[in-house]
Amino acid sequence: MLKVEEQQPVEFSAALIEKFDEIISRYPQGKHKSALLPMLHETQAELGWLSTSAMDKVAAHLDILPIEVYEVASFYSMYFLRPQGKYVLEVCRTGPCCLVGAEKIMNHIEQSLGVKEGEVTPDGLFSWRGVECLAACGYGPVLQIGPEYTFYENLDAQKVDELIQDLRKK
Amino acid sequence: MARKLLLEHINVPGIHTLDVYRQKGGYRAVEKALKTLSPDEVVEEVKKSGLRGRGGAGFPTGMKWSFLAKPEGVARYLVCNADESEPGTFKDRYLMTHIPHALIEGMIVASFALGANTSYIYVRGEMMPQIRILERAIAEAKNAGFLGKNILGSGYDLELYVQPGGGAYICGEETALLESLEGKRGNPRIKPPFPAIAGLYGCPTVVNNVESIAAVVPIINDGGDEYAKVGIGRSTGTKLISASGNLVRPGVYEIELGLPVEEFIYSDEYCGGIANGKRLKATVAGGSSVPVLPANLTLKLANGEPRLMSYESLSEGGFATGTMMGSGGFIAFDEDQCIVRNTWNFARFYHHESCGQCSPCREGTGWMEKVLHRLEYGHGKMSDIDLLVDVSKKIEGNTICPLGDAAAWPVASAIRHFRDEFEWHVKEPVKSLDTNYGLANYAEPIAKAEVTTGN
Amino acid sequence: MSDKVKVTIDGITVEVEPGTSILNAARQIGGDIVPPAMCYYSKLEGSGGKCRTCIVKVSKGSEKDPRPMPKLVASCRTTVMDGMEVQNITSPEVIEARSGVVEMLLINHPLDCPVCDQAGECDLQNLGYEHGLQKTRYEFERRTFERIDIGDKIQLHMNRCILCYRCVFTADQITNKRVHGILNRGDHSEISTYIQTAVDNDFSGNVIDVCPVGALTDRTFRFRNRVWFTKPIDAHRDCPTCSGKVTLWYKGEDVLRVTARKDIYGEVEEFICNTCRFDKKKTADWTIEHPTHISDASVIASNHYETLMPLPVIQNNQKLQQANQVELEKTAKF
Repeated sequence: MLKVEEQQPVEFSAALIEKFDEIISRYPQGKHKSALLPMLHETQAELGWLSTSAMDKVAAHLDILPIEVYEVASFYSMYFLRPQGKYVLEVCRTGPCCLVGAEKIMNHIEQSLGVKEGEVTPDGLFSWRGVECLAACGYGPVLQIGPEYTFYENLDAQKVDELIQDLRKK
Repeated sequence: MARKLLLEHINVPGIHTLDVYRQKGGYRAVEKALKTLSPDEVVEEVKKSGLRGRGGAGFPTGMKWSFLAKPEGVARYLVCNADESEPGTFKDRYLMTHIPHALIEGMIVASFALGANTSYIYVRGEMMPQIRILERAIAEAKNAGFLGKNILGSGYDLELYVQPGGGAYICGEETALLESLEGKRGNPRIKPPFPAIAGLYGCPTVVNNVESIAAVVPIINDGGDEYAKVGIGRSTGTKLISASGNLVRPGVYEIELGLPVEEFIYSDEYCGGIANGKRLKATVAGGSSVPVLPANLTLKLANGEPRLMSYESLSEGGFATGTMMGSGGFIAFDEDQCIVRNTWNFARFYHHESCGQCSPCREGTGWMEKVLHRLEYGHGKMSDIDLLVDVSKKIEGNTICPLGDAAAWPVASAIRHFRDEFEWHVKEPVKSLDTNYGLANYAEPIAKAEVTTGN
Repeated sequence: MSDKVKVTIDGITVEVEPGTSILNAARQIGGDIVPPAMCYYSKLEGSGGKCRTCIVKVSKGSEKDPRPMPKLVASCRTTVMDGMEVQNITSPEVIEARSGVVEMLLINHPLDCPVCDQAGECDLQNLGYEHGLQKTRYEFERRTFERIDIGDKIQLHMNRCILCYRCVFTADQITNKRVHGILNRGDHSEISTYIQTAVDNDFSGNVIDVCPVGALTDRTFRFRNRVWFTKPIDAHRDCPTCSGKVTLWYKGEDVLRVTARKDIYGEVEEFICNTCRFDKKKTADWTIEHPTHISDASVIASNHYETLMPLPVIQNNQKLQQANQVELEKTAKF
């Protein structure tokens, strides 16, 4: 459970609020709670993770209880309830990818970044984690990087190194 | 070359754009349906086609449509299930990436048939690039007058939206998907009521897989009867198979149902055989949830006849010697793969993805994972093997949704067919850490069932 | 009577209103053919279906469609059809599946009954005695959480929770603003407020009463006494907020705790307010009615068992009532 003091106030950009309203318009009158998942994606894309105050603001915008947002955000695996690296490398760790070497890729990432799964590198640039099936089993091993969830397929150690270097240069 | 109904033009440059898609005959089905057919006639064509749901359960699509309640003054919804997350399945991603208009065209025709004026495509959140592709394609279709008010002057209105998921396998279950679409946790609902009576926002709703919806396009273009001529028996039409694992050419293939499994694995038209010159040890034929089969039972039925890629042939022999078509996620294991490790991996998947509502699934999936982990890591016991079978039985059939069954079947079937290998892990704990049990007798010809004579 | 539907459970037939669940039909019959229910709560809309302890076998779907149902069904959420035949304790398959469910509910439970305030009135304890194994087959570390005080009156002991969702439904349906809910997923799910906050409204204390286990307990009663040493007395007061109908739990002259009145299935008859529950602990606050009827299955009932009586279902039939007049009079006397 979070201590109240941990909450830092956040501001949403005008563009984000505008996006919220566009999303809400997709649903019938009174069914605006449907907008919650896409709104959380947009919020996370802007802020990098979902702090309590960010979720509270989303709740206020939708006129629902904050707990309804916490319940949803903690159910789905894509929402980060803790700060992450700027780039989160999410490697598929499920069966078909493991048949073609996903575990080696994860070990390689752990060594290259020097941090364990779920931890952030000291420069704040990277974190990584194994995730369940990304529905790209024929092109494994695969990894994705949010917030646009760009896909990298048929990975090997060399490709991972190049990817990490490219991201560092960005 | 076999007939292609969905992927015929997949290699045409620019087929993801409306212009190229139209040049190749796209949106003919919308024109035909909206201008010349009544909604009921569309449903009738789909019924005639014999199309079975491509998401995994294989329920006849036309029949599902005909169950939709149509009370006066209540909105009806069509929701496309694009929450593709079954390990081994990636056909919907492929279809949406390369030929998004096939899905959108299918959605328009299906929505028209069902009388839905707002339809949603629920795409798993991880497929953000596909979401963008679909959103672009929808905008194109709307510009061209295929969506919006009074489509093609028919008086029919339709708005189509893409909804991202949040990362949860369980949302592939139709009622969990509807909960998620309503902005809630993805807990499956208790049925009845079925979505056809009370689905999205409590209104009558049909939930169909991406491939099922896309298949409506050729059905309307060529007629249900024509579609039904493709395939074999009650497995009509073509099916997208996602092939992965240790294959020479993994990928998505459109097959005519009834293709021999052996041909699918070894022919150059499809997977091209097992990678690196190795031999086939086992397959999971329909996505991680279906029973795993050793090589011999994959290629041949228990009576020695060739096994075919069809709903009936794959399930021939029940769970004793058969498996299921599922969602068409075909995973091949070569002789150096460890069945215990893979079973543990799948068990971890289901443990991670259980929503936590029903106690047998919530607690049992974690229990199975832990026992399998210890078997894989060299400190299992012989009694663990029967314990796993027992726990899997206590989950199977005792939960609200089929995730419990899906978690139980891979474990139960792995032990059913590969018990030797599990026992070897207990007897040779050190060896099992860095070597594999190998092919053993899993590819040997199936022993002929003894014929008992009258005397 | 013609619009009623007939259902047979373990050989006993009862006529019930259409739309009744199998579980509620069984409750109209009464006795030990009633499936146990850990998550269903008749006063809470949407509850049930999750814990799977009430599963039964439908051996005949209905008069119209006599096919049996393919799987065991949750009796709390399955509606009876006319002519349906159900097997509960007469089906070995049901008994085995139920003991499987109980095993699942217990593998991560701390089994800390000796230090749990719920002991003696715990549905899970009763279920474990009836269906549980002598020895656990689970050899792994159990799931643990930190104990949390949610407000100054209620303690949340998440280790004991079986995720029945009753407290969530209660907060949704009888309070105006829910602040706790189910967080995370699968076996990591927990009841939580997420941020440090107190559950604070006039009816929050009812989550204690609906909790089937010792996950939500009354801090004002914490470690004060074992429930079987206390004496329950029904009492009422003129309360501006709730019905004021409660059970007082006495030890000697002292009221140790106040709860809502519960029926034989452990469900509260009427929800009560926090003032009645937490702040009125003097006999002078109350009008005493009579000793509370306690089910003979409860340890609290030791030495005052109700007489063995015919199943409640016979009260629907005049002829059966006459035939059992003597027994029924005994019950009435009690």
